[in-house]
Amino acid sequence: MGLEAKLTQDGFITTTIDAVVAWARKSSVWPMPMGISCCAIEMIAAADPKYDIARFGSEVMRFTPRQCDLMIVAGTVTYKMAQVVRRIYDQMPDPKWVIAMGACTSTGGMYRSYSVVQGIDQFLPVDVYTAGCPPRPENLLNALMTIQEKIGKTRSRDFQNRSLKELELSQN
Amino acid sequence: MNPKELITEKVKEKFSPFIEETSDFRDDLCFTVKSEQIVPFAKFLKEDADLQFLMCKDVTAVDWATRKKRFTVVYHAHSFKLNFTLRIKANLESDPPSIETVSSVWRSAEWYERETWDMYGIKFLNHPDLRRIYMPEGFEYHPLRKEFPVLGIPGSLPLPHKAE
Ligand code: SF4
Repeated sequence: MGLEAKLTQDGFITTTIDAVVAWARKSSVWPMPMGISCCAIEMIAAADPKYDIARFGSEVMRFTPRQCDLMIVAGTVTYKMAQVVRRIYDQMPDPKWVIAMGACTSTGGMYRSYSVVQGIDQFLPVDVYTAGCPPRPENLLNALMTIQEKIGKTRSRDFQNRSLKELELSQN
Repeated sequence: MNPKELITEKVKEKFSPFIEETSDFRDDLCFTVKSEQIVPFAKFLKEDADLQFLMCKDVTAVDWATRKKRFTVVYHAHSFKLNFTLRIKANLESDPPSIETVSSVWRSAEWYERETWDMYGIKFLNHPDLRRIYMPEGFEYHPLRKEFPVLGIPGSLPLPHKAE
């Protein structure tokens, strides 16, 4: 539509706060790259100039959970690692989203074994699952676009302050 | 004399009453020693001037499930002098299975033995720090034993409760 044209004509636009906030949020989803095994390589590939995740405003991979909105769990999650993943997830500020990237995180994948969690949705609220072993970068970008769509539909009142009790729970 | 002959000769000369079996399958020389002789045997291999097996490359085990001597501990030692890797085995009779640690001879065996303890539940006596190395500390089972189900025992490994 051309924001510049709009602004130079009238100098203002009318909209709702919710729409602006959702637009800003979905255009700058900062990922927490939880690259635990081989899938991480494709996640890195998604950030390179060929696939260029920057087109979607998500090039800022943050290695501190406190600056992230989106956790990309890319790799096999073992029972031992599950505690760590959950701990990092808990440190991310609300609102936050989760992509389960690849067969391993979605279902345990080919590791039908005693040590691997058979699907991270057993302890994390997953928003988008991606198929593939590993998924191609396009697939990850598609997941990101799905998340953006989801964020675009949110309103501020979806993210009420969480009750103190819940926060205490998640700190343990 | 090629390294294989040299090693066999030296070992036979010193340890022949304690060698249960010698095999040479596809150029892999292997001695099965009596389990109580493992430390002197390792020491000999390492310290003998002609052999010098300085490096322990691996320690693992085999679970034979139905045999009377159910577990076999397997060591791999390497000699840089001879450019040769030797396999050493020891069958375990005791229950629970146990054997003297070789970490006093080869320091690198310390973690390999922890792994073998974690996976097979074989006790290494006089080990400086026999803790689990892969599985979480409170875990009660030994996953590579034959009776352990592939998918694990439900509830034996805790997961964080589900976040909403
Ligand atoms: S899904 Fe495949 S590529 Fe991804 S972590 Fe699992 S095994 Fe590796």
